[in-house]
Amino acid sequence: MTQEQLEQVYEELAQAIDRAGPEQAEVYLAKLALALAEDLGNADRALAVIAECETGIGAQG
Amino acid sequence: MRPKGRGELDSLYFDYPHFAPPARDKGTEPRRPVVIVGAGPVGMTAALTLAQYGIRSLLLDRKDTFNDGSRAICISRSSYYILERIGAVAPFLEKSLGWTRGRSFYRGRQILEFDMPDSEDEKFRPMYNLEQQYIEQFLWDAVEASALIETRWQSEVTGIEDEAGGVSLTVTDPNGSYTLPAAWVLAADGARSAIRQMRGLRLKGANYEGRYVIADVQMDHDYPTIRRALFDPVCRPGGTVLIHRQPDNIWRIDYQLREGESAEKATREENVRASVAGVLEEIGHKGDWDLEWWSVYSANTLLLDDYRDGRIFFIGDSAHIVPIFGVRGLNNGMADGQNIGWKLAWVLNGYASEALLDSYTPERRGATLDVFANATKSTRFMTPPTHGWQVMRDAALSLALTRPSAGRLANPRQMTPYTYADSPATTADGTGFSAGPVPGAMITDVALEGGFLSDRIGQGFTLLAFGDDAAEQARALRDPGLEVVTLPAEGAAAVAYGARAGSAYLIRPDLHVAGRWQAARAPDIEAALGALSLHKEVSA
Repeated sequence: MTQEQLEQVYEELAQAIDRAGPEQAEVYLAKLALALAEDLGNADRALAVIAECETGIGAQG
Repeated sequence: MRPKGRGELDSLYFDYPHFAPPARDKGTEPRRPVVIVGAGPVGMTAALTLAQYGIRSLLLDRKDTFNDGSRAICISRSSYYILERIGAVAPFLEKSLGWTRGRSFYRGRQILEFDMPDSEDEKFRPMYNLEQQYIEQFLWDAVEASALIETRWQSEVTGIEDEAGGVSLTVTDPNGSYTLPAAWVLAADGARSAIRQMRGLRLKGANYEGRYVIADVQMDHDYPTIRRALFDPVCRPGGTVLIHRQPDNIWRIDYQLREGESAEKATREENVRASVAGVLEEIGHKGDWDLEWWSVYSANTLLLDDYRDGRIFFIGDSAHIVPIFGVRGLNNGMADGQNIGWKLAWVLNGYASEALLDSYTPERRGATLDVFANATKSTRFMTPPTHGWQVMRDAALSLALTRPSAGRLANPRQMTPYTYADSPATTADGTGFSAGPVPGAMITDVALEGGFLSDRIGQGFTLLAFGDDAAEQARALRDPGLEVVTLPAEGAAAVAYGARAGSAYLIRPDLHVAGRWQAARAPDIEAALGALSLHKEVSA
């Protein structure tokens, strides 16, 4: 994916989160992650990304 | 604002000059070819550009010293070319701090290091830091040395009326009011432009939520000239901090106010001191520091529908207000001043018809809209406007801890010169080019023996002719207003310009490309000059 395409995805996501609204944003993002993982078609890769994204999140971040 | 006990102009490092009101004759003022309202960096750039081509101007400013409210510090490479062409670049090179690199941090960890494009083919660095007081001082030194520029300080424009073939200004100074007729007026009177208000014109656009305090401190701090951006730092959770080095041991610290934090409270001296101390602790500064000055700002994208109103042209902040991120306020203002400066000079010298002036708004307003597009992205990253943008910004910063691609979303998109595509003062692109600047773009510089390609480009229109055939075609025009620079058909310049024997580029006085041809013929060049509203019969 090019930097421009990544930026496009970034911007679309920001607006989609606003459309989902604060109550539903968390569910929306979890749903999105699940759908993208299935589209990825590789469970090992998906699990690795799930672990990777914990970096910097939470108290130990 | 300055610390308690110090006067408004009581700086730690800069002595503000004091300018007396003009000693003028009581008689009727003759009509001036150009009156420039506002002797800031933009107005002075316009005056010096006009003077470069032999045009007299009168500069008016209502203040009695330099600007103390506006504090631009970053001057871009493209502005250094402007400074060079108006003969003012030497003190800037001497005093300013050139830089190429930026670093972004998230919760204290570096997530991005970026280098702006630079190489041995570049005459100037991508960016230079210099306090606005010095920018004004160095431009003023050049203005004062010019026999073609008259300046009247403490002179405020209090009225403006159209008249046949010009504009009649009412000017008020400590000795009274008088009428000052002008053929053309350049309004360089800033964000709160009185001229704009008197003409009933309004800036339109958007205001952003985020507010920043900017503070200058003086300290011995050992860090190179690298722009630092701190996201979600310990000293300001959830906020953003920017740090820039300036000459004279001055450091610029910008920090974002929290939502609901009152600007009045945040700008009290004790609160500024506490916030600055927090930032300095975070970056490991242990020594003493002095507070020089501070202010507060918010990001706006506002502009006029038309930068021209009759015989008045708006240049700089009077025409457009841009967000601070990306350093485009001063740099675009200087480009405005140069753009209208050379075009007006061509008209007043009889080299071009007034139609050339119609290209000012599309070119410079187009540049502003391009700034908005980039600055809006930067601003959304620096001060996210909604929950969605906030979540994504924080996600990108956090992901940047493991992925550099996410860190690049934090790239501040610093100023680059705008390409005047589709401008009436450029021509359609020639076919067959695989490299080189397109019509409307700024030239690409190339290191050549003993200097740079830009050094060989003349003050007026220049044809870069690759090989003897192209030069022959140009000479066949017998146009004394056109300078011809012959370059080898092979070598560094030919490669950079995608040129072969017979190719040619027509360069405008502002170093933007007006047209290019793979196999240049005299009629093509002649047609291009005609399309630019230029008369063929010109006196050199």
